Formats: sequence, C-alpha cells, structure tokens
Amino acid sequence: MLYFRPIVVIAPMSVIVFTVILLIGSYFAGLLGSLTGLGGGVVIIPLLTLLLNVDIHYAVGASLVSVIATSSGSAAAYVREGITNMRLGMFLEIATTAGAMCGAVLAIYIPTHYIAILFGVILICSALLSLRNKKEIIVAQKNKLAKKLRLNDSYPTQTGMVDYGISNIGGGFFMMLFAGIISGLLGIGSGALKVVAMDTIMRIPFKVSTTTSNFMIGVTASASAVVYLQRGYINPGLSMPVVIGVLLGALTGSKILVNTSSSRWLRWVFAVVVTFLAGQMIYNGITGKI
Amino acid sequence: MKKIKDTDLQLLLGHVLRAGTVVSITIVFLGGVIYMHRHGHTPADYKTFRGTPASIHEAYGLFLGIMSLRGQAIIQTGIILLIATPVLRVIFSAVGFALEKDYLYVGISLLVLLIIAISALGGHAV
Repeated sequence: MLYFRPIVVIAPMSVIVFTVILLIGSYFAGLLGSLTGLGGGVVIIPLLTLLLNVDIHYAVGASLVSVIATSSGSAAAYVREGITNMRLGMFLEIATTAGAMCGAVLAIYIPTHYIAILFGVILICSALLSLRNKKEIIVAQKNKLAKKLRLNDSYPTQTGMVDYGISNIGGGFFMMLFAGIISGLLGIGSGALKVVAMDTIMRIPFKVSTTTSNFMIGVTASASAVVYLQRGYINPGLSMPVVIGVLLGALTGSKILVNTSSSRWLRWVFAVVVTFLAGQMIYNGITGKI
Repeated sequence: MKKIKDTDLQLLLGHVLRAGTVVSITIVFLGGVIYMHRHGHTPADYKTFRGTPASIHEAYGLFLGIMSLRGQAIIQTGIILLIATPVLRVIFSAVGFALEKDYLYVGISLLVLLIIAISALGGHAV
C-alpha cells in the first residue's frame, strides 16, 4: 500500500512557508467540503497529520475552529431564508453539545492511533452516506411528542410553504448524541451523521435537515472547542491559516452554482479521494505512525 | 403574530452569526499578519504536542499579549470570539424565545448553555 512520507521530517519549514502551504491546502479543503456537503474538517485532518506531520491533537483543535467558522458563516445566510428549523435545532443541540463534551474529554484519554483509525472509519461512512440518492420526504401525520415540543414546521418551496411533521424523536436524539461524540472526538462537524439522523430517522425534508444540521454544527463544535482550548490543543499559529483558508474556500464553494449532474460526478471524485485519505489514516493508525 | 416574531428572531440570529464571524476572522487575520512579520522565519514545528504557552493560555497573559501586540495572542483572541459566536447565538435565541413567551424553548436554550458552561468549567479538571 502507498503511504505519504511526512515532508517536515526531511527539512524543517519556516513558519511562513508552512502557513502558505496550509492556507492553500485549507482553501481547497473548504471548497471541496462545501461543494460536496461533507465539510472541510474531513480533508484538513489528513492534510495536517499525514502530509505535514502535525500532532493529531493540534490538528483536531484547528479543524474544530474552522468548522465553527464555516457553520456560523453559512448558517447566517440560511437562517434568514426561513428553511432552518430553529426549535428542532435547539432541541437536538442538547444531545449534540452533551455528546461533544464527552467526545472532547474522551479524546484526552484515547491513544492517538485509535483516534486516527476511528477517523478513517467515520470518513468512509460519511463518504458513502453522501453518495445516497436524496429524495424529498414529507411526513403529513403529526407525532404527539413533536407536537408537544412544537417541532412540526413549514418551509418555503417553489410551490409555497409546505408543512411537515417529524417522526421518531427519540431515535433522532440518540443519533445526535453519537454525532456529537464523534464531532468532539475527531474535530469534524459530523454533518453527514446529523443529516442521517434527521433524514432517515426523523423523516424531515432534505432541505430542512441540511440547513438545520449546519446550524447545529457551530454550537456542537464550540462545546468541545472550550475543552480543547483549555487543554492547549488550539494552537494560534496553526489554526490561523486553517480557519481563514477553510472559510474562504467554503465561501467560494457557496458562490459556485453546481448543477445536479456535475454535483453527482463531484461527489464520486470526492468519495474516492476521501476513501484514499481514510485508508491512509487507518494504515498509519494501525502501524502506529500517528 | 407569533409567525412574525419567529422571522424577526431568524433575522436577528442571522446578524449575530454574521457579525461574530466577520469580527473574529478579521482579528485572526490581523494577528496573523503580525505573527508572520515577527515569526515568519522561525522553523515551524507542530510535530509533538506541547500545549500552548502560558502567555496565551491564561486570561491575564492573553491580555498582556494583546496590549503588547503579540501576534499569537491576537489570533487566539479572534479564535475565542469565534468559539463564542454560536454560544452568543444560543443566548440571543433564549432571549428571543422569552419575548415570544415560548418558555419551553427558553428552558431548552438555557439547558444547552448549561452544558457548554459545564464543558468550559470542567475542561480543565477532567
């Protein structure tokens, strides 16, 4: 199997060269993450740990910060369009923030090579999930608990406002707890897992689940970032180019209009790249290089 | 009436999120320029985890760093503001729900804030 040789080992780079490389890499990570909906974190962590030989804790810290920036920046636009279900987001944030806190604490005790292996596994799952065909589902019947929690809502479509109901709240909540743990442990938004919880388990229309998931990612990442911050895992020199690069990349991505056929093609390319990166993470984790 | 209030809240949250992101990224960028100017030619080494220096790790050190225009301290301030942005969004949501008299969601928002507070206070101890 092929594997990357970390280049830092050969010749120590100056801070300025390192920053420029990271800025460019993060820009493309943000761009790809935005175009495919997987988020920038999934490329940033392999870039930092495999190519630039950065300690995985620093990588997770920097990635978390970039995840917060992207989520806040794009949620700002979505929330005003009225597609985001604020109440559902807030309710499920109980699960994601609690999970994120546990994930961040777990990350301190789990040996780094296990984190690398888990990262690879989650990466493959996310890539496969993003390849699924999405069809809009609207549940008409109203769940009692959803009614009590005022979670049923309507969202704007081309044919006007459409009402939708929400099913299996307990199952969705549990899945969100898991998504939170993964986010806190690996420093990714785990948007793919959040969308699964909402699409597949809670049967929410796809447009609503995507924007609501994005809305929740920021606060979830913040809940674990406060732990990483105090533990000294968030390094300013490293996080600076990552957060700026990913945010600019994501902004570019949101400006590019992708038609459905090329978006499908792009997803496949990204899935292949991501699977390769995941393989590297798992390989390096097993051989103890990370 | 309630519907109008919800859209008001959405607009407000949109503004909070945008302003928080723009302000913190600007600070990170300014800090980055200073950092590059001062430390651009030192070797980069993030291979082994060493934590962050006390000068940016503790509130007082961070304050002194900002006052003496240290790049890393300014970047870290921007990052802390960035982390605070979604939390600020939750606080504004709580206020918004209170204005809508939706007390169930005031409670839910406060619970989310409580979890983040426990995470922030407990992060050091665990």
